[in-house]
Amino acid sequence: MMKNCEYQQIDPRALSVSPSSAQNHTETKAQRPRRKWEVFPGKNRFFCDGRIILARQSGVLPLTLGLIVVTCGLFFAFDCPFLVEHLTVFIPVIGGVLFVFVVISLLRTSFTDPGILPRATPDEAADIEKQIDTSGSSTYRPPPRTKEILINQQVVKLKYCFTCKMFRPPRTSHCSLCDNCVERFDHHCPWVGNCVGKRNYRFFYSFIISLSFLTSFIFGCVITHITLRSQAGKSLVQAIQESPASVVELVICFFSVWSILGLSGFHTYLVASNLTTNEDIKGSWSSKRGAEESGNPYSYNNIITNCCATLCGPMPPSLIDRRGFLPPDEAIPAASASEIELPPFAAKNDAHMCTQSTKDVLERMVHSSEFPGLCPPGTPKTSPLGLEATSVSGPSTETSPSTGCSRQLAHGPVVTPCPPFSRSSKRDSLHSINPAFRLASPSPSLSRTNLFLSESADVGFIPLT
Amino acid sequence: MAETHSLQDMRQQAAIAAKVFIQRDYTNGTICQFQTKFPSELETRIDKQQFEETVRTLNNLYAEAEKLGSQSYIEGCLACLTAYTVFLCMETHYEKVLKKIAKYIQEQNDKIYAPRGLLLTDPIERGLRVAVEFDRQITVQSF
Repeated sequence: MMKNCEYQQIDPRALSVSPSSAQNHTETKAQRPRRKWEVFPGKNRFFCDGRIILARQSGVLPLTLGLIVVTCGLFFAFDCPFLVEHLTVFIPVIGGVLFVFVVISLLRTSFTDPGILPRATPDEAADIEKQIDTSGSSTYRPPPRTKEILINQQVVKLKYCFTCKMFRPPRTSHCSLCDNCVERFDHHCPWVGNCVGKRNYRFFYSFIISLSFLTSFIFGCVITHITLRSQAGKSLVQAIQESPASVVELVICFFSVWSILGLSGFHTYLVASNLTTNEDIKGSWSSKRGAEESGNPYSYNNIITNCCATLCGPMPPSLIDRRGFLPPDEAIPAASASEIELPPFAAKNDAHMCTQSTKDVLERMVHSSEFPGLCPPGTPKTSPLGLEATSVSGPSTETSPSTGCSRQLAHGPVVTPCPPFSRSSKRDSLHSINPAFRLASPSPSLSRTNLFLSESADVGFIPLT
Repeated sequence: MAETHSLQDMRQQAAIAAKVFIQRDYTNGTICQFQTKFPSELETRIDKQQFEETVRTLNNLYAEAEKLGSQSYIEGCLACLTAYTVFLCMETHYEKVLKKIAKYIQEQNDKIYAPRGLLLTDPIERGLRVAVEFDRQITVQSF
């Protein structure tokens, strides 16, 4: 695939047109400094000038919120007056507190950066490549995909991520829906519209636990309500007719309770053993070891410590710095953009043949190509991936509803469970299908060219005296 | 003054202005630690002890940030009880240590690395993946 890097004649018209446009863009840039979220390469959406991050496909989040709000609304409007009268005023108070807690946890889960790892800078990618390609062969070989390391005296394989151009740290996985590597990747949850990873797992856990309490509470209260009504000399049917909203709530809660409770139980098990959904489904640690210990190198072998570490541990900061300003000569997103957008300029193996002119043109094209909304979600290079990802979610329906994030509703269709494992196994084929990623895989020559580019861009030029 | 150089020269000189990456060390799990192995490219530039001292201090600071102690548990429980709204007004322990780390790196750069023409970048700028020693010895004026 990289064999078709050929030296191509640089079009002189591109050179003559570009300087003026480059100047205009430089001026525009000077007037409005751009924030890093605007050139973020993943498939995420940002709101409030980068304060809020969401996955691109957040379609089911409004449904989740809507169901919760509608059910609670019906509860407060129709059941609470009766129950306050006949039982106690604490019922709406408890309901209110739980509702607030659920909504806040849900919003925190959805809007928090799950632990996205920024992609490797071109220098870093080149350095990694240099380290693994030390044989110095001239024919291009794709970088090896795994590196083995020892963690707590256990061998763990680190995989190379072709999109992010780095060896993934342990427990990190690449989410193809969001097109990001996420640390301690649990799963991508369509119900919250975001990945669940290191930074928002505790929010997600508190969301499902509080939602279990809320649905059980509402379920219990509605049953009590109907029972009390029918006890006062009326039949059950009459009681239901007096309060039809209760039936709606009953149906929603009945089906939610089982799946939410199941999910809570499953995640409690995961928290206690310091596992992620991803690892559990893939059977990373359990199947290979026959010994008593779980084989999980990250576990503290103590349930309480595991729980505390996962839920109450220190809150790591976001690594992607969404609201930081781009430095004026930022070549990092530009270099990756230039690799994808300019296939004709791919250099031959001898970098020096076209370094100077390529560098000039690339720098200028970079300035002109950076602006027409290059990297916000919706870049054409990533849309085939999105389609592929949704199509591979089909075969994984054999996982039980309590795993992953599916929720059975009475009248809604069963949502396919989140398939993190199939995503990772399909990742390589996805990358080979999409031509943009073939180009994005660094060739030795192009990466060295980029190395020089970013060197000069980062450092600037000082005259030799 | 602007001077033109042949492409050969530029390539040679640009090759010297290289970055040395210090990778993460995962032998103790996923906590943030850096390898203390002394990179060969820096052999002529800096004392091995000095380098190892810097990396070891950084490792200790990161370990402190990620330590599972009573302070982090209290912070976590308080956050949970307030539905995580407490972080809107309070800085987390991790962020406080990151500031300490930034100050330490700045100090090290000023005292030790800058006089030798090196620059240690804060790992947080690279996603806590690498600490970059950037050799900015030679730059070239072109075109």
